[in-house]
Amino acid sequence: MSSSAQASAAPVRRFAGRSKRVLPGFGLSLGISLFFVSLVLLLPLTGLVVETAGMTWDQFWFTVTDPRVVESYKVTIWTALAASLFNGVFGLLLAWVLVRYEFPGKRLIDAVVDLPFALPTAVAGITLATLFAQNGWYGQFLDKLGIEVAFTPIGIVVAMAFTSIPFVVRTVQPVLEELSAADEEAAVSLGASDGRVFRKVIFPSLWPALVTGIALSFTRSLGEFGAIIFIAGNMPYVSEVTSLMIFIRLQEYDYAAASAIASMVLLASLILLFAINIWQARYLRRLEGR
Amino acid sequence: MSITIEKINKAFGQFQALNDVSLDIPEGQLTALLGPSGSGKTTLLRIIAGLESSDTGRVLFGGDDVSKLHVRDRNIGFVFQHYALFRHLTVAENIAFGLESLPRKQRPSKQDIRQRVDKLLEMIQLPQLANRYPAQLSGGQKQRVALARALATQPRILLLDEPFGALDAKVRKDLRRWLRALHDEYHFTSIFVTHDQEEALELSDQVVVMSQGKVEQVDSPTELYARPDSRFVFDFLGHVNVLSGVVKGQKLTQGDAWVSLPGAKSDQEAQLYLRPHEVQLSRTANAHARLPLRIESISLIGSEVRIELQPQGWQSTELWETGMSHAEFASQNPARGELWYAVPNVGHLFFEDSHQPKTVDWHYQNAANASNM
Repeated sequence: MSSSAQASAAPVRRFAGRSKRVLPGFGLSLGISLFFVSLVLLLPLTGLVVETAGMTWDQFWFTVTDPRVVESYKVTIWTALAASLFNGVFGLLLAWVLVRYEFPGKRLIDAVVDLPFALPTAVAGITLATLFAQNGWYGQFLDKLGIEVAFTPIGIVVAMAFTSIPFVVRTVQPVLEELSAADEEAAVSLGASDGRVFRKVIFPSLWPALVTGIALSFTRSLGEFGAIIFIAGNMPYVSEVTSLMIFIRLQEYDYAAASAIASMVLLASLILLFAINIWQARYLRRLEGR
Repeated sequence: MSITIEKINKAFGQFQALNDVSLDIPEGQLTALLGPSGSGKTTLLRIIAGLESSDTGRVLFGGDDVSKLHVRDRNIGFVFQHYALFRHLTVAENIAFGLESLPRKQRPSKQDIRQRVDKLLEMIQLPQLANRYPAQLSGGQKQRVALARALATQPRILLLDEPFGALDAKVRKDLRRWLRALHDEYHFTSIFVTHDQEEALELSDQVVVMSQGKVEQVDSPTELYARPDSRFVFDFLGHVNVLSGVVKGQKLTQGDAWVSLPGAKSDQEAQLYLRPHEVQLSRTANAHARLPLRIESISLIGSEVRIELQPQGWQSTELWETGMSHAEFASQNPARGELWYAVPNVGHLFFEDSHQPKTVDWHYQNAANASNM
């Protein structure tokens, strides 16, 4: 997360084992951490690989390139993209308002931002489906405009955006808080317009955090299940997401196929996260003059 | 461009940062705003810049009221204590920022901008660093770049907020000298804020001493040091030796110590302020002063030997301090723990009922053998 943006600002001690430290217990704490990482991350991943390994390459390829599954990739990717870009804009705005302005109810809104994390996604899905259904509170107005949300891919976008907006807000917010007022004052004293101050001074500092936030929001959306299935309508070739395809395979007791599709999602997420991390490290290195 | 400040008031909540401040800053001079923290000097600078608005009062640049003008339209250069360089831009891009921010009609061509930037890099003596990022520069280099950036648009007024505050002593001295030379060459009207008396006296043409949101005194550095107007200015500008006592029989007395004050009325309280250089040391008391002191420490580093003394048989809140040439030190040979007498030549006397000091000159009295002060 954005912690990589912050952590790299502090000097990293690479091999702390031998040097004298104030608090003991490096070995023990590292051991426990590694054990825990293995337990919650590596073990399930291994299971996934083992399950998939039972298939031949042809079987694997056949499963993951099934036309209905491929269609689900497309739907998932474009809806996740739309949702995360929407969150990029709206989440930035929200973070900006929360950091820059004082207004009554600010702390309440700040707390509510985390609601999508706290709320069970199924609850979110049902609520959204109700609101956006043709006779729902929002749906009836959108219906008059000829926009159908519930039970269409747009519904998927809505569900994804809702569940992943905290990623953007919470990554951008701390960076925004740390921006120095002097930088902006310097820019204004040099005659820059408000727009130029934002484009040339504020945005370049926010950019890495914002991209990280959008990427996290995107990967989270790739795997979102609970909130989506209630509102998506789940029509084959139209509004089926990949996580639903995994679920369907599981219901058919085809664990290998489910794992194969799951591994595709995992691969996409990992590649994206690594790419973002590498890009961000290079961008930050420049700012820190290394 | 001269600057006039008229009756500025500014409060932050309950705190009165500036209290009815009026001031004239002459054109083409380097003026220092000097004061302890909380004296309102930075607030005043920011109000002049337009980064802060005053509650009442006006700011005029060359006779034009700019109080309502936005910072970006005031055509000022502002240098921040912590540089405020744009860290994602190179040195050259930082310097070009102001020029590129000009409205399209006034903006020079890309080539002209590059030339201007090269010239400014030349001026700050860092042409080899054009493509570096701020994080790769030392503090002194950063401040030079910040200065070049502020000067790029040829502002009418240059404002510097504790420009050397974040630098170490050596770099600070170099940069100070360099800024002075730069100012002598270009003659922009500049104001800089500092809490360092030495810096203010060394660098500026005019010093504005501030305290608690008010202007205490405005004078040239020499005048300010020679004739401080108030106890505050006295205390704030360098070390001062103080004898507080009561006038009895034409002598200011406290415990075992006294100083002759011919003609002074008895039974009033008074404080005598003496600069270190206005005091000499002697092994015996003389006819117009008896100030017994024990040598506490001797510092040999510098062009003068600095001696700190502890009053004996009387009180002073701070140690007394005086200087002595190395030659004199060698011949007199004072040592730590010895008892000596301070002999003042000139002093500044504050009576309890008056704000301004009276100067006492014992030289003159000795020479003329006169008794009126």
